[in-house]
Amino acid sequence: MTKEFLSGNEAFAYGVKLSRPHVISAYPITPQTTVVEKLATLVEKGELKADFIHVESEHSALSAAIGASAVGARTFTATSSQGLLYMAECLPYAAGGRFPIVMMNANRSTALPWNIYGDQRDSLTLLDSGWIQAYAKDAQEALDLALMSFYIAEDKRVATPVMVNLDGFTLTHTYEAVEVPSDDEAEGFLPDYETDNKLSLEEPKNMAFTAGPDTNTEFKYKEHLGVLAARDVISECEGRFEEYFGRKYTGLVEQYRTEDAEYIVITLGTLYKSVCECVDKLRDRNRKVGCLRLRYLRPFPKTELIEALKGVKAVGVLEKDISFGNEGTVYTNVCSALQQSSFNQPCSNYIAGLGGRDVPLSDIEEIFEDLEREQNGVHFVGLEE
Amino acid sequence: MSVNVNTLREDEYFFGHKACAGCGGALAVRIALKVIGPNAIATIPAGCMSAVGFNFPQLCFKNNAIISTFAGTASMMTGIEAGLKALGKKDYKVVGFAGDGGTADIGIQALSGAIDRNDDVLYICYDNEAYMNTGIQKSSLTPFGARTTTTPAGRNIKGNQKVKKNMFEIVAAHGIRYCATASIGYLQDFMNKVEKAASIKGTSYIHVLAPCPTGWGIKTDECVEVAKEVVDCGLWYLAEYEHGTYRLNRRPREFTDVAHYIRRQDRFKHLSDTEIKEITLQRDAKWQLLDKQYFSK
Repeated sequence: MTKEFLSGNEAFAYGVKLSRPHVISAYPITPQTTVVEKLATLVEKGELKADFIHVESEHSALSAAIGASAVGARTFTATSSQGLLYMAECLPYAAGGRFPIVMMNANRSTALPWNIYGDQRDSLTLLDSGWIQAYAKDAQEALDLALMSFYIAEDKRVATPVMVNLDGFTLTHTYEAVEVPSDDEAEGFLPDYETDNKLSLEEPKNMAFTAGPDTNTEFKYKEHLGVLAARDVISECEGRFEEYFGRKYTGLVEQYRTEDAEYIVITLGTLYKSVCECVDKLRDRNRKVGCLRLRYLRPFPKTELIEALKGVKAVGVLEKDISFGNEGTVYTNVCSALQQSSFNQPCSNYIAGLGGRDVPLSDIEEIFEDLEREQNGVHFVGLEE
Repeated sequence: MSVNVNTLREDEYFFGHKACAGCGGALAVRIALKVIGPNAIATIPAGCMSAVGFNFPQLCFKNNAIISTFAGTASMMTGIEAGLKALGKKDYKVVGFAGDGGTADIGIQALSGAIDRNDDVLYICYDNEAYMNTGIQKSSLTPFGARTTTTPAGRNIKGNQKVKKNMFEIVAAHGIRYCATASIGYLQDFMNKVEKAASIKGTSYIHVLAPCPTGWGIKTDECVEVAKEVVDCGLWYLAEYEHGTYRLNRRPREFTDVAHYIRRQDRFKHLSDTEIKEITLQRDAKWQLLDKQYFSK
């Protein structure tokens, strides 16, 4: 293990390297580029033995990844924003085919207006594409999620692709100290990818076929069960990860000072650290506040949320996203989970950080103050009208 | 070159499917797979061949076969090839079968990328000159004058007003190792080209004209005959491009009558003698260019 000063993208690239993919297929887009540049360098140096395909578009990036995965190769791709939307057709395709591809998405605003900075409109638009979705809070978690994602995706109970999201620039391009395991230390954590769901010269198959009304529901139900099965597999994987690398992860959610909290802000990605800092500040003033981070949005941590929010007076969902004409997508998901429990306290939605706008601590403090006023509904933080 | 009607494999690899009677595309796929053999890995986009051959649980390929996205035939082939290579597999041929729309329209970007990288794949475009699976809509390979459901023939516009895009020359312009045109009307020529293309290490491309009785308005037992006639009357030609050189496989001394070819198809039945003359002039102009290109050296 070495400690290195790495950006989120570079850290992720090391995680991919430790996962020994056979095929990497990617097309450049800001702010994803440095992850594939790093991987290309590792391939050039001979430190990573992978076939690096220089595809002509994001659609081709994922289409090629599907092809490689369909013959049983471990496959990685990465994209962002417009690129993710351009490959959108291939996302449910990969999920429906049960191809355990891992993709890193650098969360970035979607045009129009053009904007290269971070928000979560891109991945949340594709929340229903059948992929497992994880959101990293820092560069260390980015590396660790890269490694764990292949384990989770390739588990036979899951057999589902995983999209790991890194906040554009605030994580992808921000440098932090990161513990990088050596190849020897990582040896054995991730078993070789074994599957029967592949084209094989010994046992030829017809794949990616049509299933009409008489069988379609059963295929889709199995796909649904695959994503749900990730709940247990994520937990197993994190236990194994701790044995190998000593770092502990907490499943689908991470909580900070929520035990006796009366007011909780739910968020995802790097915003978590800002909210935690604010929680410390407010706790110093004897305010009973806490923060909960959704590490995964699919499978959705329904039971964890319901459990964590018992006895809370009000909840706020802070997200870099808006589903136009409705509310934040994360908020919709949270409300749906809470509606299925006895929770009947106010739950408000705070839309912030769109197009990379900074979310200062003062804004988060105001959100906590707002929660005490017991408001429901959707609020655009720092909006200039 | 050894494959011919006597040496062609007895085994069938594409059967029990629901293609229309007399389908030229299905014949092209069937014959190509018999030439390539059991280690062909067929990649077929959304379109006629996937619609008729991949209906779970009735799956009609004996060899490995997979449906790609409509735009992603070549890119999926790229991935399959890269994956097999990375896993150390040997003795296989990744072959794509896409229609005219899947190749010349929505799939041209991925095809261009694969040729540019010289991926070791064989791409076969079966050209039936319109989007037949969705109900006969115009593609960029629909010929001048043809009636389709999106280029109706009426008082104001008489069918498709554009001439066919030349995919063979577009592909050749990439500096591809090997590409060829073919017709299911000249099966021996097609089989020779498939055998040759499959032996190439690197990207190869075959553009095979494959009439669609349903879309063209011909009798189901006329498909092969019409595919012959389109070559004989000079509206299609059989050629190869290899190592930077073009070669014509067939130069009819005298062309058969364009009007006969046109008149036997419902899709052209609205055309007047003047328009058929126009098509004949287009043919002659094309052959002037071809003769210069192929015979001037």
